[in-house]
Amino acid sequence: MAGPSPWATHLSHAGPCSLAALRTAWLRYPNLLRRYLFSTDHKVIGLQYAFTSLFFLLVGFSLAVLIRWQQAYAGQPLPLLTLLVGEVNAPGGIMLPEFYNQLGAMHGTIMVFLGVVPLAVGAFGNYLVPLQIGAPDMAFPRLNLASYWFYAAGGVVMLASFFVPGGAAMSGWTSYPPLADFAPQGQTWWLAGMLLLVLSSLLGAVNFITTIVQLRAPGMTWFRLPFFVWTQLITSFLLLLAFPALQAAAILQGMDRLAGTSFFLPSGLMVGGQAVDVAGGGSALLWQHLFWFLAHPEVYVLVLPAMGIVAEIIANNSRKPVFGYRLMVYSIFVLGFLSFTVWAHHMYLTGMGTTISAIFQATTMIISIPSVIVLSALVLSLHGGSIRFNTPMLFALAFLPMFGIGGLTGLPLGLAATDIPLHDTNYVVGHFHYLVAPGTIFALFAGIYHWFPKITGRMMNETLGRLHFAGSLVTMNLIFFPMLMQGMAGVNRRLWDGGAIYQHAEPVLYLNVPMAHAAFGLALVQVFFIVNLFMSLKGGRRVTANPWEATTLEWAAPTPPRAHGNFDELPRVYRGPYEYSVPGMDVDFLPQHVPDAKAGA
Amino acid sequence: MEIPYTSEPRPDTGLTNPKIGIWLFLASEVMLFGSLFSAYALLRMGAETWPDQSAVLSVPLATLNTVILIVSSATIVLALAAVRAGRIDAYRRFMGLTILGGAAFLVVKAFEYSDKFAQGLVPATDNFLALYFTLTGLHALHVVGGLVVNLYLWGPGVRMWRTDPARFTGRIEVAGLYWHFVDVVWIFLFPVLYLL
Ligand code: HEM
Ligand SMILES: [Cu+2]
Repeated sequence: MAGPSPWATHLSHAGPCSLAALRTAWLRYPNLLRRYLFSTDHKVIGLQYAFTSLFFLLVGFSLAVLIRWQQAYAGQPLPLLTLLVGEVNAPGGIMLPEFYNQLGAMHGTIMVFLGVVPLAVGAFGNYLVPLQIGAPDMAFPRLNLASYWFYAAGGVVMLASFFVPGGAAMSGWTSYPPLADFAPQGQTWWLAGMLLLVLSSLLGAVNFITTIVQLRAPGMTWFRLPFFVWTQLITSFLLLLAFPALQAAAILQGMDRLAGTSFFLPSGLMVGGQAVDVAGGGSALLWQHLFWFLAHPEVYVLVLPAMGIVAEIIANNSRKPVFGYRLMVYSIFVLGFLSFTVWAHHMYLTGMGTTISAIFQATTMIISIPSVIVLSALVLSLHGGSIRFNTPMLFALAFLPMFGIGGLTGLPLGLAATDIPLHDTNYVVGHFHYLVAPGTIFALFAGIYHWFPKITGRMMNETLGRLHFAGSLVTMNLIFFPMLMQGMAGVNRRLWDGGAIYQHAEPVLYLNVPMAHAAFGLALVQVFFIVNLFMSLKGGRRVTANPWEATTLEWAAPTPPRAHGNFDELPRVYRGPYEYSVPGMDVDFLPQHVPDAKAGA
Repeated sequence: MEIPYTSEPRPDTGLTNPKIGIWLFLASEVMLFGSLFSAYALLRMGAETWPDQSAVLSVPLATLNTVILIVSSATIVLALAAVRAGRIDAYRRFMGLTILGGAAFLVVKAFEYSDKFAQGLVPATDNFLALYFTLTGLHALHVVGGLVVNLYLWGPGVRMWRTDPARFTGRIEVAGLYWHFVDVVWIFLFPVLYLL
């Protein structure tokens, strides 16, 4: 969005307060709406997704800071808190357990469904997939627009739920019944918001798959697709086929809450010492099956796009083709299929029986194989490269070991014998945060630094970027590594008092304090990013269309890519996506759209 | 720039965008109803007692509805054939019949529901009725959705026939696929809820 901003014209026209000026402004206004709010251009929608999801990441992160503070200083008054969240939630500066539970449930919900996935798929996928396959737009531009607005509506419903009587959902991001069936009204809002988000992701998934299948430019055969596009394709299939299970579950829970059914309520259920007046005969396990049938594939929705971004950035900055491109593609296919077969590893403690448990232990061990292959291929891609250590590359490189820690800590969770002591402890929280925070979110940061020059024609500032990187890496590890230690000492997750009731865990409880401080530190270093982002929009160093000397098609488009159509002329593709350091050439990269080997020079 | 393959098939895939889109959408719908059918199976297997379904519900009315939906599935095929043959009047007739079929289905369903309510049978009564109302209610919503689309294509949507007949034909085909899906779901619901 470089060049003169239409807002500026708009303002200067409206300058003197004459009737004519007002009229011009008024006439312009619908145009602006169409251009920035209701555009069907995939790039505008991608940016809408980007800004909205970054906002939600910030909201979700703020909730997490409050959670960490509470765990470190449970019961100690903090007058500022009453100011921030109100007398009802923190009377006299002491956070009420009910409010603490809302923080936990909504942190998870917001981060996963409103932050990371919309940024990874809605923003990166939307902006890049049509460009990387050489298409003028998505296959269904109007569905794309609808998908964004359903997402935004879901977000509004979720945020609004904080202000309804009884507050937001408070039964965990997993919303397990029977608890969730009896939670205050906020839970119903959660269900409604979730249905909107499912609708949004359904429209998005249909659109992505159709686009990738149908709109590849001439010559863009399947095995010339950048790895990022592959990851988006598999991700879309997961969203398409896994989300309906949560849709069904949300409908059933809605019926339980609003129509008095007992889908999830067993017979003879007592709440607060009293028998509940329901028909009974339901099953709380049913919810868990449906929820995890979605939520395990969902964790791959969280990592696949990250792997895609990292692959692009590593190939580009090590000036080498990625190692084992086809193997990586086959691996994520296997990963996609298997991700539908492992969900009950979240349920080893439910007494579902040893046979079922054995099956899910086996599938869980098998699914780690393709993940390890992709990770190893990415590491091997570095071998022998001449690496440029710029900010995007630093984030991408850090992704590798962080994701590695996350994956390795998953293995003991996948085996019932070791999961039984670890389940529902802070160890699990540490495990998946290593994957999602210094894993996926680092990849997303890498992507922002990497593609910013394509979107704006300007570079982000390197120094601020490096400060942001180093600060985030250190503080994230200070937050998440102690979780693994506490969990192994037996400290449960989601505790209002930070585990103070666990005498045996005394030696590790003090860690709550440095974790809280590190969370504040993490918040502070994000200032480098926010300042950098907005400053570089106007003041970043100007660059040409392909500043990273990259090979894929988005860099063949003008900067910024043309509104409605992307390319000056639709490209034709002559080769695979990572032709770096081809022997016998004058330059070390050969773009996909350049016809003849010599012409690349 | 125009989006390619909105009405002509892409040579190497042999498909148009809307056709892929609707199949993907239906795949997702299969997972939705599949999840609900699994919920039915799990709850029924775990139940100590289960009512005699055909005694609680009205099998004759459901049989009538099954016939109505199957017929309307046939008329939408005829509507598509008429469009392909360029006979727009016949198209409107068959599409009109399809719409009537959908509406008739909903009317019968409304009779069934009010009959149950009159007997004091509601979703909260037991898990069988809870499943019955949830599954048939969701299915009825799908019928309503189909009706809205079909009404549009029967009324104002026909304009496209003159400006872009290929695209219009594609739309009827897509609407038809959706309508068949709604029919197929009912054909599973009928035995599972009324007969088994
Ligand atoms: C690579 C192999 C992996 C294995 C073997 C594995 C295994 C597990 C297991 C068994 C649990 C359940 C632990 C428990 O509650 O007792 C779990 C939890 C979790 N994992 Fe993984 N995981 C792996 C990768 C991932 C990835 C890639 C992600 C996503 C980025 C992820 C995200 C999560 C999340 C979000 C939870 C917690 C859900 C909750 O209870 O709230 N895992 N993991
Ligand atoms: Cu899992």
